[in-house]
Amino acid sequence: MGSIFNAQQVVNGLQVGSIYALIALGYTMVYGIVRLINFAHGDFYMLGAYAAYAAFFVFNSLFVGKTGLVAFFVLIASMAAGGIIAMLANRLAYRPLRYKPKLSSLITAIGVSMFLEYFFSALPIVGPSYRSFPDIIPRVNINLGSATISNYVVIDILVAAVLMIGLTLLVKKSTLGKAMRAVSQDKDAARLMGIDIEKVISFTFLIGGAFAGAAGLLAGMTYPRIVPYMGIQPGLKAFIAAVLGGIGNIPGAVLGAYIMGLAETFASAYNSLIGEGIAFAILILVLLIRPTGLLGEKIADKI
Amino acid sequence: MAKIKLPKFPKFLMAAVVFYLVIQGLYTTGIMNGYLLHIINQSLIYVILAVSLNLINGITGQFSLGHMAFAGVGAYVSGTITTLIFKINPSTPGGIWIFIGAILVGGLVAGVVGFLIGFPSLRLKGDYLAIVTMGFGEIIRTIFNNIDYVGGPRGLLGIPMYSNFTVIFIATVLTVIIIRNLVQSSHGRAMLSIRENELAAELVGINTTKYKVLAFVIGAFFAGIAGGLFAHLLQLAHPTQFGFLKSTEVLIMIYVGGVGSLTGSIIAAFGLTFLSEGLRIGIRALADATNLPIGGEWRMVVYALLLIFIMLFRTEGIMGTKESKLLKLEEVD
Repeated sequence: MGSIFNAQQVVNGLQVGSIYALIALGYTMVYGIVRLINFAHGDFYMLGAYAAYAAFFVFNSLFVGKTGLVAFFVLIASMAAGGIIAMLANRLAYRPLRYKPKLSSLITAIGVSMFLEYFFSALPIVGPSYRSFPDIIPRVNINLGSATISNYVVIDILVAAVLMIGLTLLVKKSTLGKAMRAVSQDKDAARLMGIDIEKVISFTFLIGGAFAGAAGLLAGMTYPRIVPYMGIQPGLKAFIAAVLGGIGNIPGAVLGAYIMGLAETFASAYNSLIGEGIAFAILILVLLIRPTGLLGEKIADKI
Repeated sequence: MAKIKLPKFPKFLMAAVVFYLVIQGLYTTGIMNGYLLHIINQSLIYVILAVSLNLINGITGQFSLGHMAFAGVGAYVSGTITTLIFKINPSTPGGIWIFIGAILVGGLVAGVVGFLIGFPSLRLKGDYLAIVTMGFGEIIRTIFNNIDYVGGPRGLLGIPMYSNFTVIFIATVLTVIIIRNLVQSSHGRAMLSIRENELAAELVGINTTKYKVLAFVIGAFFAGIAGGLFAHLLQLAHPTQFGFLKSTEVLIMIYVGGVGSLTGSIIAAFGLTFLSEGLRIGIRALADATNLPIGGEWRMVVYALLLIFIMLFRTEGIMGTKESKLLKLEEVD
């Protein structure tokens, strides 16, 4: 057995990390703005994968042979599904509880998550069993000497990078991004400055859900199978990545996600039990040693 | 001269004895079938789980999401003792004592695990604590999944059927009495004060860490007892029984019943166990009658919606923080 630290593992780790990063961004943005751990976030990823699955069959019959165009519409469909459902969940389940004790929204989030998972597995057209995901783009293996990489892995890393650059620009440069930053710093002051807080929150859910949806499409393509419960594990791992980076901190979520992806890939190559448990071990270590995460700021208790 | 009245509490014991005699009577005379008794047994075990989780989440205000992991520890430890070490079965003479010992050891080990997890994690608050307890719960489940001696992913099979109505009933009544007395004691008051305002509790000299860990350990102990009883009722212990989703089911019970109300937990544990079975039967009957593909998943859809609606429209649950008269102390004048 060769070393577990080879080029192949690094690329795989980056690919897993890219998917975690897209999910973790939504967790961290929502937490940054409403201080809610949105347990249902992993299910937006699942919805994205199913929407992509459905959209592929529609668009593939509309535009026969135009692979690029189909892939583009499939991406849009997955992001729209994740984003819109996230916004609806916020409007129907989280918004009425905004000013109630924080734990009641957390429990509601668990309820929303259970609802989405079981509702989709109970729906006869979706069903509780695995479906194989079609190849949206022909699968090609690229040989790099020491490593063989599928073009899907490259696509995963690139799509995630483009989306993340777009998000950075949105948050840093646009007025809406400024409003988002303002609300996450101080809700009341932001309201006094004339920012429509609920609109900003709603938009944050939309972007977060859309990113999770895109991650669902990428994961569906790469591992080619989908199931209504597919969001639980990646959702948890991405959440841990967000905590590792410092929850509420956008660059932190990306950093945490790549660290998690690499750590998990190396650990699984070493031993499957350690691979299964390493994420939770990281979580517990972070929370016990540095609960604010790698890049998070320390928040003092207000008296 | 002020008359000292006896505490009203024995009323709870009397009610419990009446409940026991009625159920046992109905079963022995054949009016109630074994299936119904099985559901009642399950409800009673859920009462132990809900009341012990309520001590942590409701009374002390520390949000734990990994309660079933402690039940898992109890189930696996007691199951290992009875099935793999002593290899007893209900016809073994004196086996019942080994069984009772095994259940207690399971509870104690769960309590120790609760201490090991609680001591470091209870420094965290609110949702961070929720996540870390969930993480520990998943780690415990992963460990069960990977120990071949106790069956790994197949689960521990062939556990002797020792949990009968009498055993479960006595365990449940003892749990409720002990936790109820604890809540009414000065220790319980200290726990309540942590829930109400941790900083203020600390300022009046309450060792908050001690009481949080105490609540966690006691909760874990009773969860371990419940897990052991479950394993000896269903005759198996399986890693999926003790995952995050199952912890959520117990969580739903205490929130539906009312956080901080033991009465509410008891009502909700019975109500939801019966609702769950009712939905299982109802959905199957509906699917058979209409020939439509209506799957058992709808049961969990109803559960999820119930949780969301309770949170949205009755955040405090059925009972709020109120207790039934049976569980209250009588004021002595």
